[in-house]
Amino acid sequence: MRKIAIYGKGGIGKSTTTQNTVAALAEMGKKVMVVGCDPKADSTRLLLGGLQQKTVLDTLRDEGEDVDLADIRRRGFGRTYCTESGGPEPGVGCAGRGIITSINLLEQLGAYSEEENLDYVFYDVLGDVVCGGFAMPMREGKAKEIYIVCSGEMMAMYAANNICRGIVKFAEAGGVRLGGLICNSRKVDNEREMIEELAKRLGTQMIHFVPRDNDVQRAEINRKTVIEWRRDAPQADEYRALAHAIDDNDMFVIPKPIEIESLEHLLIDYGLAA
Amino acid sequence: MKPNPHTAKDELLKAYPKKTARKRADQIVVNERRADGGVPEIKSNVRTTPGAITQRGCTYAGCKGVVIGPTRDILSITHGPIGCGFYSWLTRRNQTRPETSDGANYMPYCLSTDMQDEQIVFGGEKKLRAAIQEAYDIFHPKAIAIFSTCPVGLIGDDVHAVARDMKEKLGINVFGFSCEGYKGVSQSAGHHIANNQLFKHVVGTDETPRPEKFKINLLGEYNIGGDAFVIEELLDRCGITLVATFSGNSTYDAFANSHMADLNAVMCHRSINYVAEMMEKKFGIPWIKVNFVGAEATAKSLRHIAQYFNDAELIEKVEQVISDEMTAVLHAQFDVRPRCEGKTAMLFVGGSRAHSYQTLFKEMGMKIVAAGYEFAHRDDYEGRRVLPTIKVDADSRNIEELEVVADETRYRPRRGPEELVQIREAGVELNDYSGMMPEMEDGALVIDDIYHYETERLLEIYKPDIFCGGIKEKFAVEKAGIPCKQLHSYDYGGPYAGFRGAVNFYNEIDRMVNTRIRAYVRAPWEADEAEEEVESAIAS
Repeated sequence: MRKIAIYGKGGIGKSTTTQNTVAALAEMGKKVMVVGCDPKADSTRLLLGGLQQKTVLDTLRDEGEDVDLADIRRRGFGRTYCTESGGPEPGVGCAGRGIITSINLLEQLGAYSEEENLDYVFYDVLGDVVCGGFAMPMREGKAKEIYIVCSGEMMAMYAANNICRGIVKFAEAGGVRLGGLICNSRKVDNEREMIEELAKRLGTQMIHFVPRDNDVQRAEINRKTVIEWRRDAPQADEYRALAHAIDDNDMFVIPKPIEIESLEHLLIDYGLAA
Repeated sequence: MKPNPHTAKDELLKAYPKKTARKRADQIVVNERRADGGVPEIKSNVRTTPGAITQRGCTYAGCKGVVIGPTRDILSITHGPIGCGFYSWLTRRNQTRPETSDGANYMPYCLSTDMQDEQIVFGGEKKLRAAIQEAYDIFHPKAIAIFSTCPVGLIGDDVHAVARDMKEKLGINVFGFSCEGYKGVSQSAGHHIANNQLFKHVVGTDETPRPEKFKINLLGEYNIGGDAFVIEELLDRCGITLVATFSGNSTYDAFANSHMADLNAVMCHRSINYVAEMMEKKFGIPWIKVNFVGAEATAKSLRHIAQYFNDAELIEKVEQVISDEMTAVLHAQFDVRPRCEGKTAMLFVGGSRAHSYQTLFKEMGMKIVAAGYEFAHRDDYEGRRVLPTIKVDADSRNIEELEVVADETRYRPRRGPEELVQIREAGVELNDYSGMMPEMEDGALVIDDIYHYETERLLEIYKPDIFCGGIKEKFAVEKAGIPCKQLHSYDYGGPYAGFRGAVNFYNEIDRMVNTRIRAYVRAPWEADEAEEEVESAIAS
């Protein structure tokens, strides 16, 4: 079983990319579970065709200790398993601690056990690594591979670099490795070349360049992944390509985060500062 | 031979890494009283070096345990996981005595919201609200105080908003304290936070006038081992009315009405000077530093109070009480002095006790070779004269400093400027405290926030006849073969305040420093050659 966490700047398209990739993997016959690690609990909407009814933490709160795996795990597209950690409303409590509790409960209930025969677990994690709780999938080997979703925009690259620092921190203790950058294009000039260069400097690879396509939006409005909504759309093939690249990937590194000046130079070198 | 304090200091510093040694060098000072009345500067109220075993407590302990806890009819609720409430339950031996047998006394109870994982994740305000309601339904108290523990600050529960809502809902006073344990470098921060909230939410909320002539508040007396009972009785015999004590044997109503007093008498300067100063600014009530620990100190404090009121009848009454009491005191001193004269003591405790208890030892003819506070600031060591030169660091800025101005209608200066000058000239420490070091001998060691390693080394170097501290060092000291008197809880003894308390203390210390029990025990690992020789002689 490969355990993968997807990180990236808020709003970059982590959940969309994750679910489309998972749909493509499911199409390939892989058994996949998605664990949403965002208090908003919207990481599995496209696979389920709507928001998950009940999150792990809500269930835990209502049912007490008597929680069953079936209560918190639902089947989505392509027989994928979908769970949402959930968490407090904004400004209250500690969402990070919630994710820790939630992942521990999933483990206790055997969601990751051998009998489940899972090929993949995907953790879709909120925004930047804001505190210890959100780093949970990286810690203690909960996730072994990280993919960072980014674009050619300055702040997205900045966030990617920051997440790499987090990975370095946990790499030795938890054995986590970076599998690559996923460029979710914003149609920035020279975007592909720039992210390839950023990946090189970080010591990793750009595993796939996902072009911008309005079909993604159209599928989302229909609460579906592109793969489910229009399986022959060109964008569906992009996600299939990404899924294959991940499935075949054998480049797992401890990244080398770069200095902020070096990041700025990258933008200048690729003509964006002009 | 008498140890050299400079050599002793070098010895203590020798074991430390460079940076720590540099820091501790400023916190370990050999006392020296200069001609201008000044003393050497001592670094204090700074963070303890990680890895050192400190005597200090946390901010929550200072707020709940020290300042608010001893008030019997304020219901205290700890908002946090259960341990914080449980381990701060009745640890200080504060006594209290309700006026009637059915009078409210919540001090034997321990109330906590018992935060669990669920409250950490989703926020604990709901559970806190429910706890306040439940506590109210059971006890119907006059006031409820809520104390924040560390996780409350981390997850951002707004205890003050909950307090406001519940105050409105229940129609009683409910107030919260942001006294998370991690704030500040020691419990001192908690004292300040407690002072602020008491002043904001309680002091001056009851306008009932007090008809009595000589009205005072006693500040910084926490009624450990019944000290406050002794002082109350003394003041009563002198004809002095005690409006409120902050906060030993204390009540909510007394706090609310305390601005009716005409003088604040401050015992523990460190923990309560904030309230004294704020009451001065807002209501015009001056404060004087007093000390009811030690017979001489008690007599002096009573005289100063009488001098402040400047009433012939009161002065005469006070003298009468002093002379009535001194006979027994002198008798006891006469008894213990031949056995105690010249013996040595070390005091490492609190933020005022290391100073106030020196008087008692001196009255027994004993010598203070080293002393220091756990959580005091420079003004408690060197006197308030150094206040303008104290650098306020980031840790202190973290604690709210209330902006207090004279109350528009209630500000009434109790004494005119000329009267204040006269009182000061009579030798009364008016709005002032001269600190511990000016009263200590030259060459005595003064150590701030003593680390346990230093305690053990000092015991080896000085071999004092008695060590005064708290529960954390108690048994380590006893194991070194030196008696340890706890000055937080008094072990099982007390009261030690006033004249009667002084006699108790003389007898207790006499018993401890003159016992021969240690001569009869020998640790099994201590090789006793003499004994072996005897044994081998018998065998052959």
